[in-house]
Amino acid sequence: MTAADKASAAGSSREQVLGRIRAAIGDAPAGEVPRLDPALRTYRDTHVPDDPAVVLDLLAENLADYRAGVHRCTPEDLAATIARLLAERGARAAVTPPGLPRPWLGAIAGTEVIDDDGTLTAQRLDAVDSVITGCALAVAETGTVVLDAGPDQGRRVLSLVPDHHICVVHAPEQVVSSLPRALPRLDPRRPMTWISGPSATSDIELDRVEGVHGPRTLDVILVSSPPRSG
Amino acid sequence: MSSTYLGLPSFPVAAAESTRDEQLRANLRHATHTIRAKRATAISELTDWPELRAAGAAIKDHTLAHLDHYLLQLEAAVTAAGGTVHWAVDADDANRIVAGLVKATGETEVVKVKSMATQEIGLNEALAAEGIHAYETDLAELIVQLGDDRPSHILVPAIHKNRHQIRDIFSRQMAAWGRPAPDNLTDTPADLAEAARLHLREKFLRAKVAISGANFMIAETGTLVVLESEGNGRMCLTLPETLISVVGIEKLIPTWQDLEVFLQTLPRSSTAERMNPYTTTWTGTTDGDGPTDFHLVLLDNGRTDTLADSLGRQALRCIRCSACLNVCPVYERAGGHAYGSPYPGPIGAILTPQLRGTTTELDASLPYASTLCGACYDVCPVAIDIPDILVHLRERITEQRRGHALERAVMKAATWVLDHPSAYALARQTATRTRHLHPTELPAPTPAKAWSNARDLPRFPGRSFRTWWKDRPAGEAPHGRPAREDTTR
Repeated sequence: MTAADKASAAGSSREQVLGRIRAAIGDAPAGEVPRLDPALRTYRDTHVPDDPAVVLDLLAENLADYRAGVHRCTPEDLAATIARLLAERGARAAVTPPGLPRPWLGAIAGTEVIDDDGTLTAQRLDAVDSVITGCALAVAETGTVVLDAGPDQGRRVLSLVPDHHICVVHAPEQVVSSLPRALPRLDPRRPMTWISGPSATSDIELDRVEGVHGPRTLDVILVSSPPRSG
Repeated sequence: MSSTYLGLPSFPVAAAESTRDEQLRANLRHATHTIRAKRATAISELTDWPELRAAGAAIKDHTLAHLDHYLLQLEAAVTAAGGTVHWAVDADDANRIVAGLVKATGETEVVKVKSMATQEIGLNEALAAEGIHAYETDLAELIVQLGDDRPSHILVPAIHKNRHQIRDIFSRQMAAWGRPAPDNLTDTPADLAEAARLHLREKFLRAKVAISGANFMIAETGTLVVLESEGNGRMCLTLPETLISVVGIEKLIPTWQDLEVFLQTLPRSSTAERMNPYTTTWTGTTDGDGPTDFHLVLLDNGRTDTLADSLGRQALRCIRCSACLNVCPVYERAGGHAYGSPYPGPIGAILTPQLRGTTTELDASLPYASTLCGACYDVCPVAIDIPDILVHLRERITEQRRGHALERAVMKAATWVLDHPSAYALARQTATRTRHLHPTELPAPTPAKAWSNARDLPRFPGRSFRTWWKDRPAGEAPHGRPAREDTTR
């Protein structure tokens, strides 16, 4: 089959499908740009009070409910917290995206830090114990962290192949209460991974067990300044 | 439709067999009852569930009503983002396109993310015929593939197998497909999941081509969305160089913001989770991140026929959560295989006959595979009125067939009697006068006997309503009670 034949064959399937759709929905007026009636959205924008402390507590609770490790610290303690988690894990090597703030790594001892330059293969990453990333956003109601391949998160493969993922969330600025509040803050043109707890499956007797192909350990560090006293 | 499902027996025949399998019934009862209770808890957390459900239905209906517009918008957006869009009229068309794309890469192996659309078109078999091995990577799909079995549930295709049976399949079959199962594999779910992780990891790391479906396609941005739990989806969507996604045309939603509804309703309805562990979204290709070559195959395969039925098209709202399977008393007892399609349970009973037509005994039997109890409608997160469509399809099937000769004769006689008031009055009087002679069952060996196998014939009252009405003294109600309601209670 020549390229031209292929193109015309594809064209004919396309025209057939579109023609059948138009015949099926014949009642829709042509040329009009459809718009969904916003009055149909009667559901709630959020289910949580607008209090950053309440929202952060809910995020911590929901992350822990799906077996993520949750660690709360101040900005000053972040480097020490990361170092402690790597040490507890006994990680020999950890990979970092190129835009991860360097001060976060300042306290690490005994773990080789590999900076991703975009050439690390999946095979190479399979031999790395841990990965450290930031995030684009966290959603409290669902216990979700969203990665959008930003500079402090890197390529999607980084947070996938190593078996241990440390994800840093800055509160309150990166935390939203609900999905309706999360979506407008995300750019769908970027490749995204939404993570709610470690890898899991319900495929055996519809009962959930953690740990299949993705990282089997997810540690989320919630960084927030303590409320000012006085 | 796939040849896998050709020549299967009708639902009553298959179900008569499967309902005798006590192991199957025990497995299904355990699994469906586990998930039912959890789902109810997950949904009770959202006070606006009815509003989310209505909005989900409205978004889907709106998209379907303008499906041509939104598909063209999607095609333009995917193309602009570096992807290639293909259109497939039917299963053969789609299989030919996918096989051609895989061959063009020079590869003979592909890894697959669980996808109902590729089950529906029998893609694995079509690829095998072209010398291409397709490896399923979802745990339940792996169990089905290794066991040379058929899926029996939308979400958990191996729901009919319990942990002991899964252990046996892994121990026996993994070696023939790649890395063998560990020696002394136990049947604890965690160990079984570990065995799958080890078995599949080498396949993920060397795969050059992946095939997926999608839960949602966003017309406005050309974004595809896959929800999963295990990470096998992320592996397939991220590691290979070429990604081919086969997606039914009804998976479309207009905007990115519309996800706010379905990301709340789908995980809670399917796995009873606030959110599934992983959701991947991608728009075309991205330099330096993920596949460099992305193909989207838009699949019709009977969907436009379904769309043409203004009542039946509701079935195209389906987001494949499988909540209706988990609450269905018929599914729980008959199991998924009896439905002879990748879409079992209540949704399958309305979707399969619409996608495939009702020309085979099997497909024409599916709308009857229900008690019309309505539990499926109650749990549906996009409010598909499954019982209503079942009745609608039964009507269609009755009309397209000539029916049984005896049934036709009875109906014809009844039509004449009801058309002639004096004949009706005579028939009624005769029936009343001979009431003590009526049998309680229809006589064997006529085919009508089957009707009274599980029912008694109704007893005629001593006098008809008409007689009572004509003769009644003022104020008397039937059975001599006062006409006025007793208001003392």
